[in-house]
Amino acid sequence: MSTRLPKGGRLIDRSKSLSFTFSGQPLRGFAGDTLASALLGAGQTMVGRSFKYHRPRGIVASGAEEPNALVGLGRNARFEPDQRTTTTELFEGAETTSQNHWPSLKFDVGAINDKLYRLFPAGFYYKTFMFPRFAWKHVFEPIVRQSAGLGAVPKERDPDRYEQAYAYCDVLVAGGGVAGLAAALKAGRAGKRVIVLEQTPHWGGRAVVDGGQIDGLDAEAWVKDALQKLESMENVTLRNRTMAAGLHDHGYVIGYQSVGDTTPGDGRPRHRLWRIRAGLTITATGAIERPLSFAGNDIPGVMLASAVRDYLVNWAVSCGDRTVVVTNNDDAYRTALALLDAGLAVPAIIDARDMPAGPLVDEARRRGIKVMEGHGITRVLGKTNVTGVEICRQAGEGSVVKQIDCDCVAMSGGWSPVVHLWSHCGGKLTWDEAHAMFRPDTTRPPTGADGGPIAQPVGAANGHLRLSEIMDEAGIGAASDEEGPMAPVWLMPAGAPDALRFKAFLDYQNDVKVSDVQLAAREGYESVEHTKRYTTLGMATDQGKLSNINGLAILSDALGRPIPATGTTTFRPPYTPISFGAVTGEARGEIFQPLRRTPMHEWHEARGAHWEPVGLWRRPYCYPRSGESHRDAVNREITNTRTNVGLLDASTLGKIVVKGPDAGKFLDMLYTNMMSNLAVGKCRYGLMCNENGFLMDDGVVVRLSEDSWLCHTTSGGADRIHAWMEDWLQCEWWDWKVYTANLTEQYAQVAVVGPKARDLLEKLGGMDVSKEALPFMQYVEGTLAGIPARIFRISFSGELSYEIAVPASYGLALWEALNSEGAAFGAMPYGTEALHVMRAEKGFIMIGDETDGTVIPQDLNLNWAISKKKEDFLGKRAMERSHMTDPERWKLVGLETVDGSVLPDGVYAVAEGHNANGQRNVQGRVTSTYYSPTLKRGIAMGLVKHGPERTGEVIDFPGDNGAVHQARIVDPCFYDKDGEKQNV
Amino acid sequence: MLTLTCPYCGVTAEETELAPGGEAHLKRFGPGSSDEEFESYMFARKNPKGVHFERWRHANGCGKWFLAARCTATLEVFGTYSAQTKEPPADIIAAIKAKRPGWEGYK
Repeated sequence: MSTRLPKGGRLIDRSKSLSFTFSGQPLRGFAGDTLASALLGAGQTMVGRSFKYHRPRGIVASGAEEPNALVGLGRNARFEPDQRTTTTELFEGAETTSQNHWPSLKFDVGAINDKLYRLFPAGFYYKTFMFPRFAWKHVFEPIVRQSAGLGAVPKERDPDRYEQAYAYCDVLVAGGGVAGLAAALKAGRAGKRVIVLEQTPHWGGRAVVDGGQIDGLDAEAWVKDALQKLESMENVTLRNRTMAAGLHDHGYVIGYQSVGDTTPGDGRPRHRLWRIRAGLTITATGAIERPLSFAGNDIPGVMLASAVRDYLVNWAVSCGDRTVVVTNNDDAYRTALALLDAGLAVPAIIDARDMPAGPLVDEARRRGIKVMEGHGITRVLGKTNVTGVEICRQAGEGSVVKQIDCDCVAMSGGWSPVVHLWSHCGGKLTWDEAHAMFRPDTTRPPTGADGGPIAQPVGAANGHLRLSEIMDEAGIGAASDEEGPMAPVWLMPAGAPDALRFKAFLDYQNDVKVSDVQLAAREGYESVEHTKRYTTLGMATDQGKLSNINGLAILSDALGRPIPATGTTTFRPPYTPISFGAVTGEARGEIFQPLRRTPMHEWHEARGAHWEPVGLWRRPYCYPRSGESHRDAVNREITNTRTNVGLLDASTLGKIVVKGPDAGKFLDMLYTNMMSNLAVGKCRYGLMCNENGFLMDDGVVVRLSEDSWLCHTTSGGADRIHAWMEDWLQCEWWDWKVYTANLTEQYAQVAVVGPKARDLLEKLGGMDVSKEALPFMQYVEGTLAGIPARIFRISFSGELSYEIAVPASYGLALWEALNSEGAAFGAMPYGTEALHVMRAEKGFIMIGDETDGTVIPQDLNLNWAISKKKEDFLGKRAMERSHMTDPERWKLVGLETVDGSVLPDGVYAVAEGHNANGQRNVQGRVTSTYYSPTLKRGIAMGLVKHGPERTGEVIDFPGDNGAVHQARIVDPCFYDKDGEKQNV
Repeated sequence: MLTLTCPYCGVTAEETELAPGGEAHLKRFGPGSSDEEFESYMFARKNPKGVHFERWRHANGCGKWFLAARCTATLEVFGTYSAQTKEPPADIIAAIKAKRPGWEGYK
């Protein structure tokens, strides 16, 4: 059992006691505790169950590498699963819950999986769920959904705030241990702009726990002094509680700062994401201790030797009264000595090496600890906590030579430099045989924009595991105990039989054992990346920080090749999981993206407009009256427009002015039809295609003057089309004298539509809008109701129609004048849905409905808008390709259901026979479908094979639930074919 | 996230400020070209692991298109230059050859 010692603890403040709960049970800790140290201090050794076998699990580590001790933290909207207790600071009132068990941590039904481990081998999911097919949906999925998964998902919206910030520096130091601080001092003194990030709240890393002398001072004193010096430098920024999560292209570093984690609801952002541009990133990220692979190495109480030392020194927590140390290196002896110093018992040090030697080993022996050379652990005894260990010869197959009672096992399999940041952007690794570890290959660093290195490793992250080596690299004198060589131990004992290997865990978080990796190798998995996916080794939230090297070694051994030949899996950012909130920052809710408003937006809003998003704009879909459904409102608006007069806010329409001596020539290239010969004062409908010949935009072009044209684009297309124009002008025809300006937001535009439109404009007064003065497809400028205006006589509804453009600042005035003066004519505003229905009644196409990026103008019977005279225009060459001229292409038709109902949107027309997948062949699809209040029936448009030639034919459109909709092929123009209504 | 310097406004811009435009120095084939020529213009793009010439637009900045010579493997940038350029300028070519002696040239 673990407990809090009466004295000591570098980081805790015993005067500040904090209360918290663990699965409802009230516990206490101290300010300065992590959740892990507080749980251990309160005697809570078992903190959860494992993912797959539901085995009891405890805290293994003391930092970011912890695989087991994940808890749910908080409640309701502030609940978050999978919080790592070893890196989460304790705060007053913290509510934590253990994970992966049902109904309770102590009694868990899923633990039966542990007895059935032979049924759950590596690749279990792949093997089991393949066949029979029905079994997945009806048998496996319901079971897996009930019992699998890491933690529960919060159901409510996150109430917390997150923010992002930018920073720039010459040198970014990732890691505030002694190596990082030394590097920061050097860069700071050289006058560089320096940012130092430390993921924990504390500075000094391991040295302050392990001790040693730096520059004549105790490590702790040196760290304090270094911090004071750094704080006094204006060019240096120190930021603790901030993890360097990733090193990206061209020295872009993501920093992840914990700001308000321990003070939920105080209004500060919970996390802050730093987006840092660094000239050079110094990776001072330290090293992580490796576990040893022996049977029962996952039982609560089996911990990393360094973690046992950390809990003791930093938080005055004893992880057990009797700790057996098992190791293959000298460093773990420090744990044994620290335990003795604290008055705790170390019954034995089990050292897998035959001849351990060095001052630490000597000291342990001198102080009376029994050192068992050449030995290992056969198995750990105990179920929910360690009760003892069985000892064997490391070289053998596990025959028990001795049993030792203990309640904690401190293990050390050597150390691995944290090479994540170094590797994220392409830094390469080299295998260090002496320490059995991958370390950065400093001759192959990640490189930046100028081809030079963007990262430099220092300290333990560079493979220097001793304090003296670390400080020597930094050019500072230091002294620490000498250490003898380590000996790699990948399996304990070396000849462990099946029964032991089945319980020797490599990856605690994913329940991957030595036997699983060996099975994968036998089944033909050679690539470490494939083995990772197959066995799940190194997956999930810890990404194998503890397990990877051990797993690689087992795989390499099974494949009979050296470890460097197997290589590592790819190190990908972030180093540890970061919150989605931080990634999102402030970009959510109303400011997720900008909202574009027309000058009449507030008017629409005040009238209860139902909005439709169009690009970044909001347009009124309809203006429902009290008690009126949207459908009824749309029908009313259409009928009123066709009977009286309707008003549409068309301000979102793209308006691009193209001007200059070569503007006509340029527009002839852009549009499929001729625009250069358009007379001044006239309007022409035009189509734009991309170089593939596919229709991309349409609109009315107006010749404003001899050298300038106004191009109307679709509402969503204005920016895209303006960019498209600029692309061709800047990159292809840069010698053409053409200037473009996107004036979309400079003008408000209103469509005045219906039989009484002219009466209304005449009442407003100031401009002659008679048939003679302003014929169809012409435009005039003047002053309407005292407002400078351009009036275009164009129609998208088939009615008598004027589109009036005024400077944006006059938009609301014009709109209000039209509404108030229009009352006498029955004027009503109408929305986008009425616009859509009315254009469909006329058989006019809509970009995005009739087109989808694969439709050419010819498919829509728009050959009349494709110039035969022009030698060239964008898309012309593509339209000559064989597939584009294929008579089998589906073509636009109108569709009328036989029973008058409305066809479902997007349904396909089936043809005879089946395709290779056993699906019905198809011969067409619906592109637009509406209820027409004018015709009092459903109308639709669609693309149908040989469509226009098949007028009158009835074809089948299968819908949902076996329904088949029958529709007759008709002309797409349903209303006023001869155009008598618009030509008055 | 890349940084590129816009040769027009001089700003060293983050990738989020830029819009990519694919391969640079394409020759447009219009009406009258063979199917093979048109296909190569329209679809056949270089995808080298190494030196590459690309179009970029300073979309959330000055709005200008420019060209960049970049190594797709290491992301080293050899230079950016005007979009009104038919082929890579001599100084860019020299910069690439200095860094990549084995480079076979841009064609």
